[in-house]
Amino acid sequence: MKVSLFGTCLVDVLKADIGKATVELLEHLGCEVDYPEGQICCGQPTYNSGYLNETIPAMKRMIDVFADSKYVVGPSGSCVYMLHEYPHIFKDDPVYGPKAKALAEKSYELTQFIVEVMGIEDVGATFNGKVTYHPSCHMTRLLGVKNPPLTLLKNVKGLEFTELPQKEYCCGFGGTFSVKMGRISEKIVDEKVEHVKETGAEYLTGADYSCLMNISGRMERLGVPVKVLHIAQILNSR
Amino acid sequence: MSIKTKFAGDKFKVRVEKKVKDSFMRGAVASATDTINGRKNQLTAEMGNWEDWRNHGEEIRKHVLENLDYYLHQFSENVAKNGGHVYFAANAEEANKYIREVVQKKNAKKIIKAKSMVTEEIGMNDSLEEIGCEVVESDLGEFILQLDDKEPPSHIVVPTLHKNKEQMRAVFERKLNYEGSSQPEELALCARKVLREKFLAADVGVIGCNFAIAETGSTTLVTNEGNADLVADLPKTLIVCMGMERIVPTFEEMDVLVGLLTRSAVGQKLTSYVTNLTGPRREGDVDGPEEFHVVIVDNGRSNILGTEFQPVLQCIRCAACINICPVYRHIGGHAYGSIYPGPIGIVLTPLLDGYEGNKELPYASTLCAACTEVCPVKIPLHQLIRRHREIIVEKEGKAPFSEKMMMKAFGLGTSNASLYNMASRMAHSVVKPLTKGDKITKGVGPLKEWTDYKDMPKPNKERFRDWFKKHKGGNN
Repeated sequence: MKVSLFGTCLVDVLKADIGKATVELLEHLGCEVDYPEGQICCGQPTYNSGYLNETIPAMKRMIDVFADSKYVVGPSGSCVYMLHEYPHIFKDDPVYGPKAKALAEKSYELTQFIVEVMGIEDVGATFNGKVTYHPSCHMTRLLGVKNPPLTLLKNVKGLEFTELPQKEYCCGFGGTFSVKMGRISEKIVDEKVEHVKETGAEYLTGADYSCLMNISGRMERLGVPVKVLHIAQILNSR
Repeated sequence: MSIKTKFAGDKFKVRVEKKVKDSFMRGAVASATDTINGRKNQLTAEMGNWEDWRNHGEEIRKHVLENLDYYLHQFSENVAKNGGHVYFAANAEEANKYIREVVQKKNAKKIIKAKSMVTEEIGMNDSLEEIGCEVVESDLGEFILQLDDKEPPSHIVVPTLHKNKEQMRAVFERKLNYEGSSQPEELALCARKVLREKFLAADVGVIGCNFAIAETGSTTLVTNEGNADLVADLPKTLIVCMGMERIVPTFEEMDVLVGLLTRSAVGQKLTSYVTNLTGPRREGDVDGPEEFHVVIVDNGRSNILGTEFQPVLQCIRCAACINICPVYRHIGGHAYGSIYPGPIGIVLTPLLDGYEGNKELPYASTLCAACTEVCPVKIPLHQLIRRHREIIVEKEGKAPFSEKMMMKAFGLGTSNASLYNMASRMAHSVVKPLTKGDKITKGVGPLKEWTDYKDMPKPNKERFRDWFKKHKGGNN
């Protein structure tokens, strides 16, 4: 199966390990992965801050870059959701409207792609440790992907799963919210950290690096010794 | 009071700073909203087809808004047929002027009120006090706030959500020489004693309106205290205040929306009282007012009709979006500086009151969309919040200069490959002076607000895309 990786800009610049794990995992499952070189960012930071005009070129770029891909798969529910927002943004554009729709229809979050498109529920991973999972807001509420990551995690050998209390609450990241309203973001993430601690988990995982960066950034500052891994890194452990 | 509360004078950041340090308030908000949300989830799950009910609720509200002129006409005709008076107020001044005239014609001095957010919005209490009236709130929550030197409500359904019972007891002790415990039952008994006298002495009653039924000219208010019945039945003159969008076609739609409202607002199948009022006392009626007025308040609402923000008028004021909002949870209602806090307040306040003094509000959201998910009439709240940001940036030109420059730079960097490549390759070495081990602990510029509270990972030495190229090279 041919898959184009939508790596996300955060992974490209800040956490290459997540991209590597995603590629290795997809290849292990039999995919042929390419990474269209022209991709940069989905444009969500500017779009959600109200800068639509500044976002249009970035979005058009992404639409063009993935025009020839059969499937577009990304290790971030939020960024993939942004691709699904494109058809609404370009709905009155006769050229980019249809192209945006085509991109949205072939774009999947990583775990969603593995479970719903490839039909795989067990990726053959082994990971020893007690793990809790934060379901990120855009992935669950807007992209509508709730079960695939849990299905995959529960089939990982050696993994002891523990549910995160009040898991559906936002972690306080919110894109530019975290740098515009840092004080409120701190209070929200503190509550999330308390819940992570309550689980007694050794690892926190999730399918959105931005949320994980927020929670781990606070845990590191507070000296909370819970390790944070993206779900691709756990599913790629053998 | 008006839409802006007395707290709006401080800068938003100052308000936030005060509120995040108020651990009593944050504890009270977390515990109250957790309880309400728990009950709500249980009750909506019980229905088995909550999504169908939401769709139905949305359909009703959309239909009404699309035909608002027709239904308002029908409603006012029927109020008149029942022997009542209808007044359309274009704004707060007109509404207050009419209410004052009704009160003055009756030589009334004592006014008793049931819950009504729109009277808060137009500042009715102050307007009546200016002409020498005593206005008494009979909703228990509003009563406590009024006693507490007219503290503004921090929530549209539970106005005292920010207070715990010990704080309420302290208010009673200070203002009513109360000596009892902080048991809610005992506090309520004390309030009841005081209020009973006020009910009996009142010349005019003022009551809010959750739904106005076009077909019959009736108005509906839900309460758990029964105070609305006393406000409506005891005084000789009754004034119903309603926002112009409160209309439903018939009792059948009212029934659907009341179910959505009470389940979403307080996790009840139905409130203890659903007070329906249809005109003044008729021959043979044992109680009810002799004079019945309905004040229909526009105050900026008709400007929203026909715009992309029209869905906000679907709101049935259940506050479910407020109860689920992670930002509200940590700053409470007063920080918003508006009588309408939380996600609904963020959308509504700038529309009714303008962006001036409210332009920080749309940024007080993580856009987590929990509000949109929980709304019983499916208002796309997070989308409307984001749209406000666009207007602030692009139409109003009210975004800070430094932010604009940063966003322009980001826009360029994410659409121009050579710029992106240069910046992303340099990132690792550029931030070196700010790093400690493998993380950034003391950022500058926009990073500072992050690193004030959280560590930030250091950029990759080798970008993912460079690794991928090598990885592919190795495979070939």
